[in-house]
Amino acid sequence: MRGPKPGPMKLRPDNPGKTLLRLFSYFKFNKFLFIAGLLAIIISSIAQIAANAMLSPIIDSLIQGRGRAIFIRYILIMVVMVIIISLAQYLGSLFMAKLSQRTVHKIREEMFSHMEKLPVSFFDRHPHGKLMSTFTNDVDMLNQALEQSASQVTISVVTVVGTFAMMLYLSPILTLVVVGMLIFMLLAVKYVGQRSAKNFRYQQAALADMNGYIEEMMSGQKVVKVFNYEERAIDKFRKKNEELRKASTLASTYGVMLMPIMGSLSFVLYALVSMLGALLVIKNRMSVGNIAAYLQYTRTISRPITQVSNQFNILFAALAGAERIFNLMDEEIEADEGDVSLVKDSEGNFYWRVPGEDGQAEMVPVRGYITFEDVNFGYTLEKQVLKKINLYAKPGQKIAFVGSTGAGKTTITNLINRFYEINEGVILYDGIDIRRIKKHDLRSTMSIVLQDVHLFEGTVADNIRYGRLDATDEEVVEAAKLANAHYFIKNLPQGYETMLTIDGQNLSQGERQLLSIARAAVANPVILILDEATSSVDTRTEKLIAEGMDKLMEGRTTFVIAHRLSTVRDANAIMVLEGGEIIERGDHDDLMEQKGHYYALNTGAIELE
Amino acid sequence: MKKLLKHMRKYIFFALLCPVLMVLEVLADIYIPYLMSRIVDIGIVNQDIEYIVQLGLIMVVAALLAMVFGILSSHFGARAGYGFASGIRDEVFEKVQGFSFANLDQFSVSSLITRLTNDCNTIGQVTMMSLRMAVRAPFMMLFALIMALRINASLARVFMVAIPVTALVIVVIMIKARPLFRKMQTCVDRVNAVIQENLTGIRVVKSFNRQDFEEGKFKVRNDDLKNTALKAISLVIFMMPLLNLIIYSTIIAVLWFGGLQVTAGTMGGGELISFITYITQILMSLMMMSFFFMQFIRGSASVSRVLEVLNTESEIKEVKEPITELKDGSLAFKNVYFRYPGSKECILKDINFSIETGEVLGIIGSTGSSKSTLVQLIPRLYDVSEGSVIVGGHDVREYELKALRDQVAFVLQKNTLFSGTIRENMQWGNEEATDEEIIRALKQAQAWEFVSKYEDGLDHRVEQGGSNFSGGQKQRLTIARALLKNPKIIILDDSTSAVDMATDARIQQAFKEELKGVTTIIIAQRISSIQHADRILVMNEGKIESFGKHEELLEISPVYREIYETQQRGVMVG
Repeated sequence: MRGPKPGPMKLRPDNPGKTLLRLFSYFKFNKFLFIAGLLAIIISSIAQIAANAMLSPIIDSLIQGRGRAIFIRYILIMVVMVIIISLAQYLGSLFMAKLSQRTVHKIREEMFSHMEKLPVSFFDRHPHGKLMSTFTNDVDMLNQALEQSASQVTISVVTVVGTFAMMLYLSPILTLVVVGMLIFMLLAVKYVGQRSAKNFRYQQAALADMNGYIEEMMSGQKVVKVFNYEERAIDKFRKKNEELRKASTLASTYGVMLMPIMGSLSFVLYALVSMLGALLVIKNRMSVGNIAAYLQYTRTISRPITQVSNQFNILFAALAGAERIFNLMDEEIEADEGDVSLVKDSEGNFYWRVPGEDGQAEMVPVRGYITFEDVNFGYTLEKQVLKKINLYAKPGQKIAFVGSTGAGKTTITNLINRFYEINEGVILYDGIDIRRIKKHDLRSTMSIVLQDVHLFEGTVADNIRYGRLDATDEEVVEAAKLANAHYFIKNLPQGYETMLTIDGQNLSQGERQLLSIARAAVANPVILILDEATSSVDTRTEKLIAEGMDKLMEGRTTFVIAHRLSTVRDANAIMVLEGGEIIERGDHDDLMEQKGHYYALNTGAIELE
Repeated sequence: MKKLLKHMRKYIFFALLCPVLMVLEVLADIYIPYLMSRIVDIGIVNQDIEYIVQLGLIMVVAALLAMVFGILSSHFGARAGYGFASGIRDEVFEKVQGFSFANLDQFSVSSLITRLTNDCNTIGQVTMMSLRMAVRAPFMMLFALIMALRINASLARVFMVAIPVTALVIVVIMIKARPLFRKMQTCVDRVNAVIQENLTGIRVVKSFNRQDFEEGKFKVRNDDLKNTALKAISLVIFMMPLLNLIIYSTIIAVLWFGGLQVTAGTMGGGELISFITYITQILMSLMMMSFFFMQFIRGSASVSRVLEVLNTESEIKEVKEPITELKDGSLAFKNVYFRYPGSKECILKDINFSIETGEVLGIIGSTGSSKSTLVQLIPRLYDVSEGSVIVGGHDVREYELKALRDQVAFVLQKNTLFSGTIRENMQWGNEEATDEEIIRALKQAQAWEFVSKYEDGLDHRVEQGGSNFSGGQKQRLTIARALLKNPKIIILDDSTSAVDMATDARIQQAFKEELKGVTTIIIAQRISSIQHADRILVMNEGKIESFGKHEELLEISPVYREIYETQQRGVMVG
């Protein structure tokens, strides 16, 4: 199902505070790492300031010739500081890296595990591309923010505060100049930052527009050629590409501009400090060593400002991503409040264990009797897709659904295994309301063969075994034989051990169909749901598939969604659906006699799809 | 690479000016600490206030100039980088438009999309960075070294140790980290593969109760990813502490040896201070170069992927003086053999047949019998490997490609509509088509019956890929689009499979009545779609099994009879 096209991702979170708090809750299990990491980072920043502070007495001791002892002492202190800096910096990064990897790992695991529990309707509503991007881009961004931005911001804050304190201590007058300059720098950051953000948004919009066009044209490239549309496509593309070029140039100019601006402003500061400092030295209110240290500080204090402004963009984007991650985790999972479970007796017969009110459990044999009573259903509350559906299927019977696209055929079968929950009415399974049956147990008695065959990365045998994980090799082969798949599998290069690429792209459509029948066969279900393939496979394979399905249906209650009328003829009952209602029912002969909708379909007077 | 550089020509002014300005900025950055040392060593020592103020103001001016140079340089860099990338993107897109079907099969759709988007963006970014960083870092290092040498050549000897050691640390870490990061990328891919599989196959997962199984699979890969990532990162985080250690050790060494010289009076205190500033600049530029190097590797991967597209020659070539007009719609295949490029096996063998202009040709046969391949040779979507396809009396290769495809309409099996209105989609067939012409084509394709029901008629929206239409509706729209070309030959490749029999029959009726003189080729699964054709071609495993009219074929062709009987049985019972 194709969802809406993913628009440009939001770059700002809606509720940063709440998201941040929730993110912090992940550090609970890694408290030591978090605290130790921050501590190490703070220590290394302070040590760095202290090491710079040594410059001033060292140089003064040299210039004033106060003897080697003092000089050596300060040098030694500096050596110690340097060791502390390196060690603390290493440990800080290591702890933060571990913390972020563990956090991201946990988040990924929770996300996936939560996703597995979400109802099918969730996947209908959300385009896969967007979900995929939450799993990849958003998690990456979060990782980057945790690993780097958190420590960068900490370092920056400590450095600014510490350096500022030292500056104030060394020379309050010069610090006044510094404050003035810093305010000016912050204004510059704000001015450039805003323009950069605005242009970045333009760039994203232009990029999304162009990417959309590329995607559409590349997917339809063969049609483009058949219609000689190349030149028109190139024209349109050029315009979009030019838009993007302009937007990117501006966005990137503003993005990069901050570096030379801040660099130069810090040099202006450097110049002012050297000049004023020199004057102060002449007036004997400062030493040359102090200027040396002070100059080093002016270089260190401006760097964090640029960095923090960069990091804030990353932090915000990461928080916006985290918000999407948490939104996914907050999606309501499939309801499963059933108390009826599936049990197997010593002879291998299955029973429903129905707990009674008196605490006594009743054992109902599993037979495959399905009843719909006045079932109403809609994907949204406003739009009813199925209206007043009443039907029954006795064990072993074949019920076929016929009707045009959107008549509700597939929907009915999706209700039996509770992919969707009905709004009104009741569906009974061997006389038990399916909402009382545990979902796992309900589904383990059913198999679906879907229209779009979905296979998994792995061997052919793995894919058949997906139906029942503990199936032996013999059982797998047997299922393949039943499904008429054995012959083609034998002819594959490695037989049952042939690796399938993602979604079995290395098999033909017909072969994939056969595999999916084998997969359903190995599960040995009580109830079978078949969604017939519409795609054209050749007559021979079609025959194989039909035979395989027939064998699979033997002795099982089967619901068939028919796209071709030839397959429904031997059904015990055919339900003709139109607009969500059953308008005709009966077996083939009954319906042909009625000369109604089914008759018209059969004679080709109306379109099925 | 030369191939790409031509796109820089338009921006050469910016591409040259950017690094020049960058060098000027670096010069200013280097000059400032030098002036400072003069202030300390001359100004302060001589108590010369005027000198101090004068030098101070020069420093401010130099800093402001550096800012102007810096801003201009970043703007020019962005212009050159993104202009360059945009030029490349244009060329790649145009190149793909010129591709043959065989070329398109070679690259997958998603890989072409990535090349046009991500790879071109990366090239733009890396170019911009190269213009700035690749110039800034070495010059910074060079100038700082010169200044350091000028201040004190003997003290500058510390660099003979510091620079090689720094370079060694960077190189060793990068070499060791690269395979680890590559391994990490594989882990990322494996994690993503499970997610992707579960997104598309969620119904299968749920119906077989395999949530726990999938979670287990994911957990193993997720753990793998974490462990590999930690290994790679643990190595990289050595970089910064080690570099800091080197920088500070060098500073201490300079203080120590320089200190001795200052006490001896052979070096000024200010000189010592500026020397320390230069140390930081030199070692930082080394680090910058290593970053640049990593970027460059990323960029070169993108460049080679883009070049792969640009270096692909279209399989379909045109002759020097092509024919631009099809005389008529007659068609003949003479001893045609075809194999896909790179494949050994011929999938069309010894194809010989001919039909007159205006005739209807039906083609039938099982999947894999190469029906589609056969008709794709007519508008030269592929070229024959041997033999010749003759249209209107000439080999198709003698025609101008554009003219040939204009006059041979092809409704593909996998057909696409594009986002826009119905009218816009119809105008693919003929840019100047009037509403009357469009409606006539829609009527012929039996599509007007549903289009006319829309309130906005021809202005009705078509979503990307035509996802808001049913299969049968889409097929009828694509037929109408092909009809608007006013072709001499029209090919329908299984184009009515989702259309019901009655409508299918009406389409055929309309074709018969209104497309007199247009050669029609129909590939179908259903015999009913082709049984009234003038000629029917029965294909089997790449060969012509038989060729004739419906009644004849029932007599002579076992394959045809088998298909007919299977399909007829259904109808009889019904």
